[in-house]
Amino acid sequence: MSEPTKSDDLVVPAAEPAGPVSLPGQAVGEPSAAAGQEPGEAPAATLTKAPAEAPAQAPAEAPAETTGKPGKPGKADTERVASLWTDAWYDLRRNPLFLIGALLVAFMVALAIAPQLFTGKDPQSAGFCQLADSLKRPSADHWFGFDVQGCDVYTRTVWGARNSIVVGMLTTTLVVLVGGALGLLAGWVGGFWDSLLSRVTEIFFAIPLLLGGMLIMANFQKGNAFTVSMVMAVLGWPQIYRLMRSAVLSNKHNDYVVAAKALGAGTSRILGRHILPNAVAPVIVVSTINLGVYIGAEAALSYLGIGIQSPAISWGLMISDAQARFLSAPHVLLFPAVVLSITVLAFIMLGDAVRDALDPKLR
Amino acid sequence: MGRYVVRRIIQAIPVILGATFLIYALVFLLPGDPITALAGEKRADPTVVAVLQERYHLNDPFFVQYWYYLSHLFTGDFGEDYRGNAVVDVMSAAFPYTINLALTALGIEMAVGVTAGVAAALKRGRFIDNVVMISTLMVISIPVFVIGFVLQLVLGVKLKTDYGFDFFPVSFNEEAGFRSYLMPAYVLASTSLAYVARLTRASLIEVMRADYVRTAVAKGLSPFRVVVRHGLRNALIPIVTFLGMDLGGLMGGAVITEGIFNIPGVGHQLFQSVYLRERTIVVGIVSALVLVYLFANLVVDLLYAVLDPRIRYE
Repeated sequence: MSEPTKSDDLVVPAAEPAGPVSLPGQAVGEPSAAAGQEPGEAPAATLTKAPAEAPAQAPAEAPAETTGKPGKPGKADTERVASLWTDAWYDLRRNPLFLIGALLVAFMVALAIAPQLFTGKDPQSAGFCQLADSLKRPSADHWFGFDVQGCDVYTRTVWGARNSIVVGMLTTTLVVLVGGALGLLAGWVGGFWDSLLSRVTEIFFAIPLLLGGMLIMANFQKGNAFTVSMVMAVLGWPQIYRLMRSAVLSNKHNDYVVAAKALGAGTSRILGRHILPNAVAPVIVVSTINLGVYIGAEAALSYLGIGIQSPAISWGLMISDAQARFLSAPHVLLFPAVVLSITVLAFIMLGDAVRDALDPKLR
Repeated sequence: MGRYVVRRIIQAIPVILGATFLIYALVFLLPGDPITALAGEKRADPTVVAVLQERYHLNDPFFVQYWYYLSHLFTGDFGEDYRGNAVVDVMSAAFPYTINLALTALGIEMAVGVTAGVAAALKRGRFIDNVVMISTLMVISIPVFVIGFVLQLVLGVKLKTDYGFDFFPVSFNEEAGFRSYLMPAYVLASTSLAYVARLTRASLIEVMRADYVRTAVAKGLSPFRVVVRHGLRNALIPIVTFLGMDLGGLMGGAVITEGIFNIPGVGHQLFQSVYLRERTIVVGIVSALVLVYLFANLVVDLLYAVLDPRIRYE
């Protein structure tokens, strides 16, 4: 998987500013930012490797690309080999799976940031739930019907997005930071720390996520999005740790690292410039897929009654409340369940698409 | 081989110790007093509370309590819960249900998952492949409890009321025997089943490109033999790895499935024990699950040598 980046590293040292570090950052930022972009619309990344497929685009894009790089005018389009990231971005823009996933994720994030845009009502306001409406079926005015307390299911589902998205993002961020840092430490320093941390991860791997989550969450009287994220991060970091550690170990003794060391590069420079870029790809793929998995796990914990607690709104909690009357009023359970599934699906699709794009073996 | 097994067992000891310590610490941190929980709504008699606290070493510091627990554990004694029942009895009452459930789920995973994966791999890019890829993606995204409710409604209720076909009990029913496990096991297996199908597909596609498969085809073997003996056997290693890792997850994941279908297994017991602050039961069950996980991983590693004769253990 690391081949293209490796060759990139070997080419680049002559021209400092175009180092591989800037590339991953750039490419990673783009997919989400340009979620709604048409496949034909040219983004900033150049695609010098595929001139046959995009002959008209390449010249038009090249100037835009080179202006971003001081000290290398005009040389870029002849000298630069398409990196793993530009290649991956080229693939992604043409992958319907990615486009659908990205659109759905963008929509869910919009729901989480500004639920007011999608519904005029506030589920926490007084008089929102009218018992007279209890279990009413979906109608033109109330698309998802009413739950047993007479609350509008549509409004609650819209407002419930926030907790799910926050838990997913926060858990993933924590897991990547903690697992990534420890993996880097274990792989680079090795010796005692490596053995210790690896034994600790074995212990964590032996405890299933749901069981461990149940045990820890039972300690919190009032679970909320923050506590749930913390607990899942505590249980989830070993996965990223292993990825990061193996990426460091497999690159540590490569020629370009030895060369960088011989040239007098410091630890932080070697890690940042030569080791991390090679570890970023698998971490992004696994994290994206896991984001969906964490959202599902939050729903499972809330469903068990030990995750997010009422009056906060969580899809898992809504499903749990609706299960007793599933036979007579299935809509109360099914609408939040469908939205939850679509959210998880969106992240998994996104992760799948990114993996296909980043894995040169599948091309 | 024998020495390898011994070495693996010795390596597993720190993991077991670490896991029990972690679990014990977590359970110990649980707020609330187990003796108060035992008395329920009534106020407990202070002398009884004092006696019970003394008996279960509740007034000792954490490490002393852990030491008591551990030293008993080494003699095979899992201790007793706060009602005086031996934890071993509680576990041996609950484990058979969960083992049946998890093994049925594992069987379904292997049968359905591997078949779907092989079908998708052999017809890559065709209709059946797309069906498998899309349906597995959907199954992975739908939460297990939703799959459980919907199947319970469709197979357990609608099938009976609308079509008069009474095969799947709505809720666990001991007298129905194996039939009772089918639906819960399918629900429990659903997510992993989807992963197995995708893994089999990816692995088999890779293997079918290998030289030895081309040789097998060239020497005129039947397509079935080529796929099963030369393709699948070599493709199985990642699948077996996944299944081994998954067995522990299946038994742990049974908390939800057992709740939906009212199965009095380990997950059910564990969930109750967390609420009743029954520390010894929780630690006992989770430690047993950790053992199952480690044992399954050992079996998987030994299976590698069976699947691929090039792998030898010294």
